[in-house]
Amino acid sequence: MDLSTNYLGLRLPHPLMPGASPLADSLDTVKRLEDAGAAAILLRSLFEEQITREQSGLVHNIEVTANSSAEALSYFPKPDDFVFGTHEYLEQIRKIKAAVKLPVIASLNGITNEGWLSYAKTIQQAGADALELNVYFIATDPTETGDHVEQRTVEILRSVKKAVTIPVAVKLSPFFSSVAHLARQLDEAGADGLVLFNRFYQPDIDVEALEAVPSLHLSDSSELLLRIRWLAILYGQVKATMAASGGVHTGVDAVKAIMAGASAVQVVSRLLEDGPQRLLTIFQGLKHWMEEHDYESLDQMRGSMSLRKSPDPAAFERGNYMKVLRSWKVSA
Amino acid sequence: MTRARITIDGNEAAASVAHRTNEVIAIYPITPSSNMGEWADEWSAKGKKNIWGTIPTVTEMQSEGGAAGAVHGALQAGALTTTFTASQGLLLMIPNMYKIAGELTSFCMHVSARTVATHALSIFGDHSDVMACRQTGFAMLASGSVQEAHDFAAIGQRATLKSRVPVLHYFDGFRTSHEVSKIEQLTDEDLRAMITEDLVAAHRARALTPDKPVLRGTAQNPDAFFQAREACNGFYDAAPAFFQESMDEFAKLVGRQYHLFDYVGHPEAERVIVMMGSGAEVTHELVEWMVARGEKVGLIKVRVYRPFSIEHFVAAMPKTVTRVSVLDRTKEPGAIGEPLYLDVVAALREAGRSDLVIVGGRYGLSSKEYTPAHAKAVYDGLSVAQPKNHFTVGIVDDVTHLSLPVDNDFDIEPDDVVRGVFFGLGADGTVGANKNSIKIIGEETENYGNGYFVYDSKKSGAVTISHLRFGPRPIRSSYLVKRASFVACHQYGFLDKYDVLSYAGPGAVFLLNSPFPADQAWNDLPREVQAQIIEKKLRFYVIDAYEVAKATGMGTRINTIMQTCFFAISGVLPREEAIEQIKKAIKKTYGKRGEDIVQKNFAAVDQTLAHLHQVKVPATVTTTRERPPMVSDKAPDFVQKVTAMMLANQGDLLPVSAFPVDGTWPTGTARWEKRNIALEIPVWDAKLCIQCNKCALVCPHAAIRAKVYESDALEGAPETFKAVDFKGSEFKGMKYTIQVAPEDCTGCSICVMVCPAKDKANPKHKSIDMAPQRPLREAEVRNYEFFLNLPEVDRTKVKLDVKGTQFFQPLFEYSGACAACGETPYVKLLTQLYGDRLLVANATGCSSIYGGNLPTTPYAQNRDGRGPAWSNSLFEDNAEFGFGYRLAIDKNQEQGHELLRKMASQIGERLVDEIVTADQSTEAGLAAQRLRVLDLRKQLATIPSFEARWLEKIADFLVRKSVWIVGGDGWAYDIGYGGLDHVIAQNRNVNLLVLDTEVYSNTGGQASKATPIGASAKFAMAGNARPKKDLGLIAMAYGTVYVAHVAFGAKDAQTVKAFQEADAYDGPSLIIAFSHCIAHGYDLENGLDQQKLAVDTGYWPLYRFDPRRLANGENPLMLDSPAPKADVGLFMANETRFRVVQQQNPARYQELLTSARKEVALRCGIYEQLAKLAMPNGKPTGSVE
Repeated sequence: MDLSTNYLGLRLPHPLMPGASPLADSLDTVKRLEDAGAAAILLRSLFEEQITREQSGLVHNIEVTANSSAEALSYFPKPDDFVFGTHEYLEQIRKIKAAVKLPVIASLNGITNEGWLSYAKTIQQAGADALELNVYFIATDPTETGDHVEQRTVEILRSVKKAVTIPVAVKLSPFFSSVAHLARQLDEAGADGLVLFNRFYQPDIDVEALEAVPSLHLSDSSELLLRIRWLAILYGQVKATMAASGGVHTGVDAVKAIMAGASAVQVVSRLLEDGPQRLLTIFQGLKHWMEEHDYESLDQMRGSMSLRKSPDPAAFERGNYMKVLRSWKVSA
Repeated sequence: MTRARITIDGNEAAASVAHRTNEVIAIYPITPSSNMGEWADEWSAKGKKNIWGTIPTVTEMQSEGGAAGAVHGALQAGALTTTFTASQGLLLMIPNMYKIAGELTSFCMHVSARTVATHALSIFGDHSDVMACRQTGFAMLASGSVQEAHDFAAIGQRATLKSRVPVLHYFDGFRTSHEVSKIEQLTDEDLRAMITEDLVAAHRARALTPDKPVLRGTAQNPDAFFQAREACNGFYDAAPAFFQESMDEFAKLVGRQYHLFDYVGHPEAERVIVMMGSGAEVTHELVEWMVARGEKVGLIKVRVYRPFSIEHFVAAMPKTVTRVSVLDRTKEPGAIGEPLYLDVVAALREAGRSDLVIVGGRYGLSSKEYTPAHAKAVYDGLSVAQPKNHFTVGIVDDVTHLSLPVDNDFDIEPDDVVRGVFFGLGADGTVGANKNSIKIIGEETENYGNGYFVYDSKKSGAVTISHLRFGPRPIRSSYLVKRASFVACHQYGFLDKYDVLSYAGPGAVFLLNSPFPADQAWNDLPREVQAQIIEKKLRFYVIDAYEVAKATGMGTRINTIMQTCFFAISGVLPREEAIEQIKKAIKKTYGKRGEDIVQKNFAAVDQTLAHLHQVKVPATVTTTRERPPMVSDKAPDFVQKVTAMMLANQGDLLPVSAFPVDGTWPTGTARWEKRNIALEIPVWDAKLCIQCNKCALVCPHAAIRAKVYESDALEGAPETFKAVDFKGSEFKGMKYTIQVAPEDCTGCSICVMVCPAKDKANPKHKSIDMAPQRPLREAEVRNYEFFLNLPEVDRTKVKLDVKGTQFFQPLFEYSGACAACGETPYVKLLTQLYGDRLLVANATGCSSIYGGNLPTTPYAQNRDGRGPAWSNSLFEDNAEFGFGYRLAIDKNQEQGHELLRKMASQIGERLVDEIVTADQSTEAGLAAQRLRVLDLRKQLATIPSFEARWLEKIADFLVRKSVWIVGGDGWAYDIGYGGLDHVIAQNRNVNLLVLDTEVYSNTGGQASKATPIGASAKFAMAGNARPKKDLGLIAMAYGTVYVAHVAFGAKDAQTVKAFQEADAYDGPSLIIAFSHCIAHGYDLENGLDQQKLAVDTGYWPLYRFDPRRLANGENPLMLDSPAPKADVGLFMANETRFRVVQQQNPARYQELLTSARKEVALRCGIYEQLAKLAMPNGKPTGSVE
């Protein structure tokens, strides 16, 4: 049985890999992921905003008190070299490359054009095999149009593609009014892959303190459904290979993602909860299911339940919810 | 050989040579020498090697005494060793200096000479410290400029190795140590040529080693000591020649020729000044000017003051001289004259020149200005028939009439020197930008540049005045610019406070950062400013720098913008070239710290020119608005006459008679200084307020206060004055007000952060919000005045919890502490609780500076005229100093009781009994005792006996006093630890409050033993790897000391409780108080959250250890915070002091973080175990709240 897959032009033995997350922060975990059979390693996102904030914050905190008092011309020693997040991040790419034989995919979230470009280049130089652009952006400005947001995303991809030679994937959020249209534009702009979808960290409300508090909920399998729908819709409409990200917890979840059209399947929450070795269980679940159901290859399965090939395409379109609603029974 | 031209200050100049020519450096921070140690530490941390290829070992000690001991030992064991110090630090080294000299040890130390504290402390420069070392046997080598501080460091090092006489190399504190100047840098080759290997080998050969054992440090007896002491004479006789040889060798190598005594002036001079240090450069400048005008004057610069070579001195003096004036930068009360004067008199007499008229005088104490006008006055003073002896110059002495008359308009500065004066705020980056400008001009052009920076005494909203000079020749003018060709005022509000344009010469350029556009800028100026612009024909430019800063993402940093303006209009460099250089400097400074910052600065430079406009100046003044008076006309006479002058930067004009003779100053004068530094102030929404009074508790400046009062007191309240019904039963039916002091608030917003009362419909709005100060100022000034006049609460009716204590009048107010200071809320609380019976002994440091640095005094008095009595002795002796208070108080009380008993029949048995046995543990008890003492005084007045008179004098001590010994961690953990340890072991009722910022905050954040693992501090740049000393645990070990570990931002109720228990405990108490600090590096408005996190992560566990519980068989230790709930890494990640380590060396940070986690677990674990211990007589264990 052939489980191999082509994702971003990388030939991988199978589609399962950790998603962008803190999992790759420690070399030990990376090695355990390799032992668990991960097809590739993904690093967490490098956030340009965080780096620039850190830089200006540090300079501000050091400078604002300097030269204010006769007795204290400064309050901090003066190191020559500061290593900000980039340095650490690039070092981590190098270390992972040296420690494991797997392809290493970096992830980047920029805020400025210069940021996207310069960080993308340095990531490539550090040895990453591919780059995932995490276009995590919350449009809060009511004067900014959806079209503008989309165009900016496409522009970023175009410039990054010009700047680097490694394959580039775009990780999207589901909150575009026309995901298919955007996907096609990205496809035309040269995206090597699309990752569906980003999971937003959404703030919660502390009702006692009247404060918005950051919260992180790990996913469950129900979140996969959104991914399945859009993988199924986009499959065959874009040249870019696609990855499912969010809600894969079991081998059968992976089967679904692949049937919908995914070339790669990313897992995070399950691994954070159960540890890296869980990837092996999911892999075995996938393999087992395929064996039981006599699939010869992944290619055979991929996209089989997509909009184009599905026996019930309406299920992925507007009709789905009608069916679901009808299936509800009001309890007596 | 080409040598680099560099622009550095005197400290760096000296340290650069010291670091390259030594192997061991033992240091301790003290102003103004700290930077030398910091440089040495930084260079070693960065791997910079000395000229022999090894990185010098730099070690911080617990005091200068400790540093001197370590130096002595390192020298004995054969290392080339140095140290840096000043003032009290140098005094602490004296015992070792005798030893080092007595043992003829080669050693060159570097001192930025600073005033020794007498009637007052002063951080500024004079020679009182080095003059106290004359008798140690050290050679004394005086340099007078930044270049000389560099050169003499090398000469001193060679001379000491050649002569075996140790060298005290010194230069003027601040004037030279902090002056930024362009100098020629000595190369490593130069230094290798000066410090040859044979010299080093000879030093090493004298080292102690068991391989060639000898014994030193013997005790000698009458038979031997005297002769043995005389045995060193030959070395002292030979030393001057070695110094001259070193100077000659230096001249051969470098070209600059120095002599033991350098003469400048007319070859046939008749009048000569003898002096040393930076003042000699000023006199030198004048001598050249006078000689060029045909005057027969001269100057002898003393370079090698000890050993004093009469032969060389007399040789330097032209034969034609008839009159000599000797200037000393020190004062020796009671002496015939100051030391240099006496030496000169003796030298000339011994040399047979008794024909000369010799006078001596004092100048420049505590960095008092010494200008060519003063030097001229000294020469003029020699011209009169009977020259005044023992004169002073630079002040007006209207008491003993010793001062020389000075023509203050006398000015010799040539016009080819560009002179700039810049008024800025510490926080706006003005000084940094000016240092950068000097560097640009000094290093990119042939011109010489020089800068000196004057800072005010405040830590928040500090005013800086930069004095810059640029010219074609090396600059000797080590005095402030008086007639500037360029004056910049970087803060608009200063025009209403200071006479900024008094510095402007005719036709100068005046640059103002104005919120008004060019066409409106003129009209808002005060009349005095308009008049000066017209009269001096100034070219007037404005820019709205804050607007440009905002638009270009620079926030409130206007440094780059104002610097660009300076280059654009001062003409000091061609505009295009200047801008290119500024950008180059920006790239150099920030390149490694982030492209984003570079780009923002570039944008600021580019935007500046478009916003810089020349203002058309009308022919006449167009306004009647005058600069407001410095203080209210309601202020006491002393404040109006003395304090106000000092506030206006005109303290120099005050005569001797204006000052107290013994350093005793009135308290409560800070209230007259209306600083108006807050852009925004808190506004109270009474409807939302839950009346918790937390805002008042956390305010570092007592600028937001709470009162509860009877409603009829509201009569005549201003229209906008807010009052609501008091909620709660204690003061039912009374009114309640939270009031801000609008002109005293620093705008830190920490009160807003602590406020728990949110508007339910709009939680962004709290019971306290910040709002712009200007529109509120007038009304709130009236409201505050009304508020202050409301009656104070009846102290006997207040519950002593967080809320209750905040109804007490703070007797520590409006200090110069940093905005959002983490120390002052504790100090303020102390004064609220015990202010009317409080004596404070304050260790030198931040708390002594914001507590007692003039012009104003924040410790205040209540309506009865009672309030804290405060003093600062030294840094190292504070525990003992406060202990002394207690001894005196107890003695007075004891005598009082003795006399009461003796006179019981006259006074009345009952009253005596009541007084002696009074319960003074409560406010009511104290009030009753005060009444009894009043009664007693009445009785005593009728008794005509010696005892009655004696008892009258000490009767006030019959009311319980509270002694608090306050200081920082540098005092408690390091320099004062020995004394602290002894005092807490004495079972006397003293309370020690340690304001723990975990670094030496006042001197700029040097590591102390309170510095935690993982923090970067000066002298621990790579991140401190040693656990914080557990002072609390050490004190608990005595079993008789009340100990509390508190953090008001985390649990204010525990803090309030600890203060009360400490005061009530009749024995020693130690409170270690977490104090957030600007040296931690984050926006301090978040200080309280950070304190909570400190407690929640176990970084700062809260506890109280009360020995009284032992008596009941209970465990004395009570933990007041639960086991750690979060990772200490979260706390550390918020502060620059930790982040900077992470950003320098992530791997090391990880290691330190791991150690920090272990340390937290260990420490919290130990406390938990201790709190669980059953006491011998078996009562229950200490509670965990």
